[in-house]
Amino acid sequence: MSDRLRINRREFLQVLGAGSAGLTLGVFRLAPALAQDGSQVFKPNEFLSIDSDGTVTLWVARSEMGQGARTTVPMMVAEQLEADWEKIRIMPAVAHPSKYGSMSTGGSTTVRRGWEPLCKAGAAAREMLISAAAQIWAVDRAGCKAENGMVIHVPSGRKLGYGELAATAANLPVPAEVKLKDPKDYKIVGKQKMRLDTPEKLTGKAVFGFDFMLPGLAIAVIARPPVLGGKVKRWDDQAAGAIQGVKQVIEVSHGLAVVADSTWAALQGREKLVVEWDEGENAKLDSAAIRQYFIEKSKEPGKSARSEGDVAAALQTAVKRIEAQYEVPFISHSPMEPMNCVADVRSDRVEIWAPTQNPQSVQSMASELTGVAMEQVFVNTTLMGGGFGRRLMADYAEEAVELSKLLQAPVKVVWTREDDLQHGYFRPGSFHVLEGAVDAQNQPVVWKHRIAAPSISGQLYPQQPPRGNPDLVDGAAQLPYRISNLLVDYVMANTALPITWLRSVYNSANAFVNESFLDELAHAAGQDPLAFRLSLLPPDHRLRGVLQLAAEKAGWSEKLPRGKGRGIACHACFGSYAAHVAEVTVTRDGRLTLDRFLCAIDCGQAVHPEGIRQQMEGGVIFSLSVAMREAITVQNGGVVQQNFDTYEPLRIHEIPARIEVYIAENNLPPGGVGEPGVPPVAPALCNAIFAACGVRVRRLPVSENDLRWS
Amino acid sequence: MPQYTLNVNRKDHVVDVAADTPLLWVLRETLGLTGTKYGCGQGLCGSCTVLMDGEAVRSCSLAVADAAGKSIITIEGIAEEKDHPVVKAWLEEEVSQCGYCQPGQILSAIALLKQKANPTDAEIDEAMSGVLCRCGTYPRIRKAIHRAAQLKGGGQ
Repeated sequence: MSDRLRINRREFLQVLGAGSAGLTLGVFRLAPALAQDGSQVFKPNEFLSIDSDGTVTLWVARSEMGQGARTTVPMMVAEQLEADWEKIRIMPAVAHPSKYGSMSTGGSTTVRRGWEPLCKAGAAAREMLISAAAQIWAVDRAGCKAENGMVIHVPSGRKLGYGELAATAANLPVPAEVKLKDPKDYKIVGKQKMRLDTPEKLTGKAVFGFDFMLPGLAIAVIARPPVLGGKVKRWDDQAAGAIQGVKQVIEVSHGLAVVADSTWAALQGREKLVVEWDEGENAKLDSAAIRQYFIEKSKEPGKSARSEGDVAAALQTAVKRIEAQYEVPFISHSPMEPMNCVADVRSDRVEIWAPTQNPQSVQSMASELTGVAMEQVFVNTTLMGGGFGRRLMADYAEEAVELSKLLQAPVKVVWTREDDLQHGYFRPGSFHVLEGAVDAQNQPVVWKHRIAAPSISGQLYPQQPPRGNPDLVDGAAQLPYRISNLLVDYVMANTALPITWLRSVYNSANAFVNESFLDELAHAAGQDPLAFRLSLLPPDHRLRGVLQLAAEKAGWSEKLPRGKGRGIACHACFGSYAAHVAEVTVTRDGRLTLDRFLCAIDCGQAVHPEGIRQQMEGGVIFSLSVAMREAITVQNGGVVQQNFDTYEPLRIHEIPARIEVYIAENNLPPGGVGEPGVPPVAPALCNAIFAACGVRVRRLPVSENDLRWS
Repeated sequence: MPQYTLNVNRKDHVVDVAADTPLLWVLRETLGLTGTKYGCGQGLCGSCTVLMDGEAVRSCSLAVADAAGKSIITIEGIAEEKDHPVVKAWLEEEVSQCGYCQPGQILSAIALLKQKANPTDAEIDEAMSGVLCRCGTYPRIRKAIHRAAQLKGGGQ
């Protein structure tokens, strides 16, 4: 065991409050277990602990990337635990393959998957603390209750703090069944709570991956091939090596690493490198060709993802038929903090500090790459400056591990903004062919949606064919409307452009198509878009409530003058239901202004309402930014966009003057929040543009459309 | 390498770095003040904003030689002042999500409030448009600046 490991182990045990006076509880394995050293605490593969001074330590296994995981996870546990919120302490969990379950922070899972196990973990601890008090007082436990970090004996008014009860509780069996609190008694869940991570983020003390340092840490940037997938052929590093602070230039899998004693020296060194590249297979990769490829693929026979009724026959007999083609571009996550990772690879031990949404994949990657056993690979998840799905990939961590292994020293690999935009994994572009029809009664009778798009799983895991429908139909195959003849089919169209999950994944493209074309169908049927949607949704569908809520708050029925328009759209995904209303102005010369945006969300039990409002506001702005003007294009095998001048997210003066969020109140199991606010934004916006000026936007981004009208 | 005397957060520091080194890297790596963030390196995103003689500047695009002899204030310098009205307003409006751009936002807001004690939304938009936020905290930034103005005119 190395010195550092011993220190870590000691600190870990101190934090746990191990020895004689600690109580720790696992989330997923609610059975008592003694620590290996024989002291009377549960094993340290645990989720919460209570020290003898009453401090409650909670391990948060999901990454904090701005969405509030390090607040909502504690809220769920503390509520059931009846903890004193002021005594909660948060510990980011170090990666482990199994003891926390999945640590992957994607798919809006932190609350919806954590709800049951975290509530139960808190409740079980509470019951044990009550039993401990009853045992100490030798009273009937039915007369005891837990409240604000203490147990109270109601008949006598005696009180004992959780810290005083911890040692006794640690020796009690964990109850197999626990009763969760009645929602009407909630004091934390559903109430206003300040995010626990806010203060450190306003003082400069918060440590993001980019900020993490070790004594003598080398810093590296990588010269990357101008053509995606290219390789280093030969290079001249004489000028680079002459830069003061540059220590070494070394070939790595993704290019040439310039290793220096400071970031600036590394960057200067990279500027001075002369590299000849082997371009490889992608030198002709080009956006226009990719688009043409999607169009050609869309004409091939499709595979059915969902088929109801007889679309072909219904098209023959329909009174009115409409057809349209929709398309969305590849886009970049562009979190404000570019990719980076610190790795310290030793012969028998690896430690990593990574801003990652998936520490378990970093752990298994590092173990595989170094040959060091999983249990000797320690992945610390730092705070991260945005994630949006980009940090589910382990590519940048792999670079740090590879380089540290080569250098036999700790190293931090940092990416510049240019690296991030040009060598990222993108939200896939896609091409959609739609057909619809209405009958003599103006009822929709046909919905046909053909998708040609790359599959993220198909490109990332080519050896694992999907069971059932592939990812690229997500959000399209689940069309919520009752239309008797329906066909959603697809042609997988993979390309060499790297892709990955981006906030709401395929739902962002498919909801844009669904909700825009449904609007077209409503107009074809001569119906109001809101009434049309409500008439097609099943009576108990939860989208009805949010549509009505958003429409009511927007004043849907009020007429607007020409040049101003209101659009509505809704979508259900990740366990939640959202509807948005957009209000825009389009001038005759085609200038678009975003006047107002309303968002209604039904995410079941609202755990952290202020956090939900943050996610909805942020989701609207993120999604508007994407819809308005974001596109990644490729020319001669390389990404054209370089920095925030050519890929420019919306700025403060460009957002809607008003953004309003309404949360439907209920106690149903919690749904996701990070992603469900995203998909309805683009179609609400484009439906509003149509209402304002009659221009139907079928190709994103909006900036590439001519909105002039007369 | 040349030596420069930098006055950062009201203290003088002598640094020994190349003249063209951007102030950003000197703050972060020479002085260990990592609250100032790298976002783009081209002065496009504003994450690296600090105050130089009270004005908001992009430290990624400012050579250390040009900062010598000036008073530099970073987010750490703001945090030293207890209950700074802008930080307080940011806290009360729950502005931050990922938090990465917020030091740059806060310092830009402080510079604005020094110029205009009670800015309108339009003036806020104009002054703050150089600082990108990918999480979409802009509506709360507007509210927090209004709140800070109420709390006391905001300037440091």
